[in-house]
Amino acid sequence: MAGERGYTDRELMVSAAAREIEDGDTAFVGMRLPLIAFQVAVSTHAPNAMAVYESGVVRDDPADGFLHTMCDLPNLDRAVSTTGMLDIMSRLQRGDIDVGFLGGAEIDRHGNLNTTRVRAGDREIRLPGSGGACDIACMANRTVILMAHESRRFVERVHYNTSPGHGTGGDWREANAVPGGGPVALVTSKASFGFDADGELYLRSVHPGVTVDEIRPDFPWELKTAEDVGIGEVTTTPEPTEEVLSLTRRFDPDGFWTQ
Amino acid sequence: MPREKRASMSEAIERIQPGDSVALGLALEHAIPFAAGHELIRQNTDELTLIGPISDILFDQLIGAGLVDRVRAAWVGNVSAGTGYRFREAVESGSLAVENHSNLSIALALQAGAMGVPYLPTRSLLGSDVFDESDLFVEAEDPFSGDRLALVPAIRPDWTVVHVQRANAYGDAHFWGNAGAMNPAVGAAENVIVVAEELVDPEVIKSDPSRVAITREQVAAVVECPYGAHPSPLTGRYNRDNEYYLRYHRSTDTRAAFDEWADKWVRGVDGRAGYLDVLGDPGNLDVSEPTVAAEVTYGR
Repeated sequence: MAGERGYTDRELMVSAAAREIEDGDTAFVGMRLPLIAFQVAVSTHAPNAMAVYESGVVRDDPADGFLHTMCDLPNLDRAVSTTGMLDIMSRLQRGDIDVGFLGGAEIDRHGNLNTTRVRAGDREIRLPGSGGACDIACMANRTVILMAHESRRFVERVHYNTSPGHGTGGDWREANAVPGGGPVALVTSKASFGFDADGELYLRSVHPGVTVDEIRPDFPWELKTAEDVGIGEVTTTPEPTEEVLSLTRRFDPDGFWTQ
Repeated sequence: MPREKRASMSEAIERIQPGDSVALGLALEHAIPFAAGHELIRQNTDELTLIGPISDILFDQLIGAGLVDRVRAAWVGNVSAGTGYRFREAVESGSLAVENHSNLSIALALQAGAMGVPYLPTRSLLGSDVFDESDLFVEAEDPFSGDRLALVPAIRPDWTVVHVQRANAYGDAHFWGNAGAMNPAVGAAENVIVVAEELVDPEVIKSDPSRVAITREQVAAVVECPYGAHPSPLTGRYNRDNEYYLRYHRSTDTRAAFDEWADKWVRGVDGRAGYLDVLGDPGNLDVSEPTVAAEVTYGR
């Protein structure tokens, strides 16, 4: 719930994700929070952004009604285009998608993501699978990852690499013929991260009320920070503005995704 | 006169045999042929191979009913809630074989089938375990540029089942709204079953040939079934019943609970009309603020 800060973790994640969409970008929007984040971005700093959805929807403005899924009728109503998956995926494969959004049950040091199967003790738990995530991870010019901040999700090496990030780091993507740019940001419910020149995750900012020391133990490796990679200090993630909060609550009036 | 293919849902679905491969749920969360899927459960047509990008909960239901040996898909679950419990249990118990795809690889496999070519290349997949842990895909060098690509072999389903807004009795259909991988799946299939919200005169379809998504050649049967895509949405007709997906999630976490669900919604009713009786009036889902497209003129 919103609590004393006046906003929820997820509302802050929406705000941070929206800022990752630049004006003029074509964004590949998936499920859950990015459905809200695109609508916030195009209503504020990125009026010339476009959204594409693998279902075949192309939009340039917010939907007039809550979006539970990308195929909800408000997302199709007065869309720029409703077409098919190969049309959308072809734009991705041509290299025309500036930014794509991803999530995952597991993420590792180099931003590889697992949404297929995870280990829990001596058992394996089956998850839904890739959907379009593998395609977005391979081919978008840059990707932004959104995840709940839970230590079990941060692993040295993903159990199954559904959506390649920077592989084992360095020039791994080029060496493996993976064409897109890979992940540039991870936004969790506690902090925001970037990827350094070697493709390794580093702590960029902590959300208000969270400390760096609180974040470190959640990672099974020595987590780098902005300081370690030579780009200044770990900052505090900006709080969502009143405008962004009010838009978020307009697009998610019952708080289904963001409360 | 072209051959009329109008059939009842049970007549149409009877043509699908145990062991067949069936593509359905192709437009992603949109226009999922739930009524047709439920008829498969009532007829207990088993040993099926299911094909589709994501299925929302329809694949989970068919798996829960014990009808499925194999799934060739990118994602199986419940878009509102994440996990599909019946899918998860079937995989974890070893009773279900899964061929892991990405959305693009399943669409390309179907497109290759539709085009009559053995495979299509892609710049996706390489570097992922979707590629590395599969014996389906092959890496190859493009003979022109030398680029490294993944080759996706064709899939040709025995059946593709779709839900559309309107069709004629010959099997020509109008469809609008996002189509996902429906068009390649229709093109790739040996046989197609068209479930339509409404059967219309052939002149209605011919008045707008650019809106025709399916033509009659592969169509084996045409079934009229209002609300046949519920709880998924259908453009211009009804919205997604989000609460239904959440309730399904809460009420199918065990095998016994699923059986209770299936007895109530599928096995205990004789078709979609009976299902709608259990549901109650779905009128609150109807499109209440229609956007009417600008008139389209053809002529000579």
